Amino acid sequence: MTIEELEQIAASVRRENAAYDYEVNVCMDLACASQGADKLKEALLKSAETSGKKVLVRRTGCMGPCSHGPLVRVDPDETLYHKVHAGHARAIVAGLGGPPVAELQCDLNEHFDSQVRVVLENAGYIDPEKIDDYIARDGYKALLTVLTEMTPSGVIHRVTESGLRGRGGGGYPTGLKWSTVAKAVGDMKYVVCNGDEGDPGAFMDRSVMEGDPHRVLEGMAIAAYAVGAGKGFIYVRAEYPVAVSRLTTALREARRRGLLGNNICNTPFSFDIEIRLGAGAFVCGEETALIASIEGRRGTPKPRPPYPAMSGLWGKPTLINNVETYANIAPIVRNGGRWFFNMGSERSKGTKVFALTGKIANTGLVEVPMGIKLREIIERIGGGVPAGHTFKAVQTGGPSGGCIPAEMLDIGVSYDALLKMGSIMGSGGMIVMDDTSCMVNVARFFVEFCMTESCGKCIPCRAGTAQMFTLLTRICSGTGTMKDLELLEELCSTVKEASLCGLGQTAPNPVLSTLKYFRNEYVEHIVHKRCPAGVCAIQVPAEVTA
Amino acid sequence: MPTFTPPPLPSDDKRWKIVNGTMRKNGFARHALIETLHTVQSSFGYLDDDSIRFVARSLRVPLSQAYGVVTFYHYFTLKPPGKHTLTICAGTACYIKGADKLIAAAEECLGVAHGQTTPDGQVSLTLARCVGACSRAPVVLCDGEVAGEATREQMLEQLERWAVE
Repeated sequence: MTIEELEQIAASVRRENAAYDYEVNVCMDLACASQGADKLKEALLKSAETSGKKVLVRRTGCMGPCSHGPLVRVDPDETLYHKVHAGHARAIVAGLGGPPVAELQCDLNEHFDSQVRVVLENAGYIDPEKIDDYIARDGYKALLTVLTEMTPSGVIHRVTESGLRGRGGGGYPTGLKWSTVAKAVGDMKYVVCNGDEGDPGAFMDRSVMEGDPHRVLEGMAIAAYAVGAGKGFIYVRAEYPVAVSRLTTALREARRRGLLGNNICNTPFSFDIEIRLGAGAFVCGEETALIASIEGRRGTPKPRPPYPAMSGLWGKPTLINNVETYANIAPIVRNGGRWFFNMGSERSKGTKVFALTGKIANTGLVEVPMGIKLREIIERIGGGVPAGHTFKAVQTGGPSGGCIPAEMLDIGVSYDALLKMGSIMGSGGMIVMDDTSCMVNVARFFVEFCMTESCGKCIPCRAGTAQMFTLLTRICSGTGTMKDLELLEELCSTVKEASLCGLGQTAPNPVLSTLKYFRNEYVEHIVHKRCPAGVCAIQVPAEVTA
Repeated sequence: MPTFTPPPLPSDDKRWKIVNGTMRKNGFARHALIETLHTVQSSFGYLDDDSIRFVARSLRVPLSQAYGVVTFYHYFTLKPPGKHTLTICAGTACYIKGADKLIAAAEECLGVAHGQTTPDGQVSLTLARCVGACSRAPVVLCDGEVAGEATREQMLEQLERWAVE
């Protein structure tokens, strides 16, 4: 495959598409699929066939506002229809060329206006199982440009210049990581993609892997060229069977087109990727545990250093990045590091994809420039908390993150700002809670999660989270004392300071952040034996009722 | 160096050939342990002593290590699943939207705790740590089919349908 051949494929796909007067794009991501998007697509195909109009019906990845699903977008007018079912197919096709079907039309301009799509630029526009669709939208152009026109250090320079930081949560500068692996000495190096999106409440990586799998492969191949790796692994959760199958198809197609394998684009560069399945262990998102799991062992972390960049898979220098990080690489190469650098806030560049869920009107995936105010995400893009309830907190960063209260919503989203607020960026889960959520109970939920997911290797995490859980259970049931609260705070600092890996070090965050902003709820449970949200079942002792 | 001959298949059940295929594809390398266990579980529904022994011997992995891996990862199960499986997502978004009440209702209806199968072998009740359909929370999976915005009534109706089969 050469750049000319790539352009020929792109041109022929564009030509084919131009032969159609209308494109009907059906979102078939998990949320829409679970509401009958497949039957809808069949019905649309049937109606299109009999209509005599030139209509292309296309399956696409996640379009974003899942709570409005199943979604259909009709191009070239970009008319968005929501809550569409198979029964609507005929009306939609009949309406092509005329006024849109009013009853299905949805106005989500507010939702889309403040979004900037880099990672999700293809979501809703390509069939994830067709490599040619990806190529027609400039896919693999970055890889071939890199291979034919750039040196590995040139690629690293561009990534460094972009200011991209790791999207898995830690926010380590990507360019710096790449140059460390590039400088490491070894006859064999590996590139690993962390697709073990274990943070419950987050599904950005699933959507990217399912909706635009080639973007991840292209990012990995560019990374491999830059650091000098010959082999890659994508570690995907077994809970994401569709992602596994889409990636498998994508790998086969990429090999068939000569975009993976030996001597890519007639250059000396050879690279191929294998998929490795996770098996349900949150700790495997930690890089040393992930390495152990790829090697077929229990996913227990190891002390660092040595960092995987020096000694990773089978002791070889290994580059590990998250799905979303790789998904940013091709656009950075295509548009230049400066382009990316100019988006975002001072120390957090580019955009971030968030999975907006919980008590909010528009749930789904959103991509926003870094630095955007939380309030804008929640109220404008998310449409706010449904009527009748009031916003209480937004949880970011999953079990390693924290709860941010209403008074902090005017702070811009960045790695540093979230850290300062006692939370973390994390992989991008954003769960909105209203007055029906009890913050002590939420803290207990996360601690229970960390307790069951602790690998058991180090005592602060294994025993500490279990004791924290006992204390929180006691407080939730109304039998806790103020002494328990003191002990809980002390334990939090021990677990945070003394745990071996990120899981334990961050496990106290949900407790610490709720203690910081919602301490009164803890006190209510302990002193007044009352759960303000009415969630916890508190047995009121007889003497209190009397 | 003596050459290694993999052990014979435990029986002429065709599914062992699929398992063997995964190991052969990976050159019987030790690091294929988790991949192979996945194949066993997807072929047989669960992992039993015989299959763990067979895989460990074939990949020359100590039995303790293979058993350690099986019990470390939540995805692997040592018990045969029921005819049907109800999975309730216990991820954060589902929890915020009341998954705990669904879990309690299912446990009460089936008379077993999550992680168990009804005595008649009809239904297994399991919890998932997020299936990534958070935007439609709370989510239950009936035999792997995702049902979003699940209600207690819908879920109990499904359980009733399974019970009378």
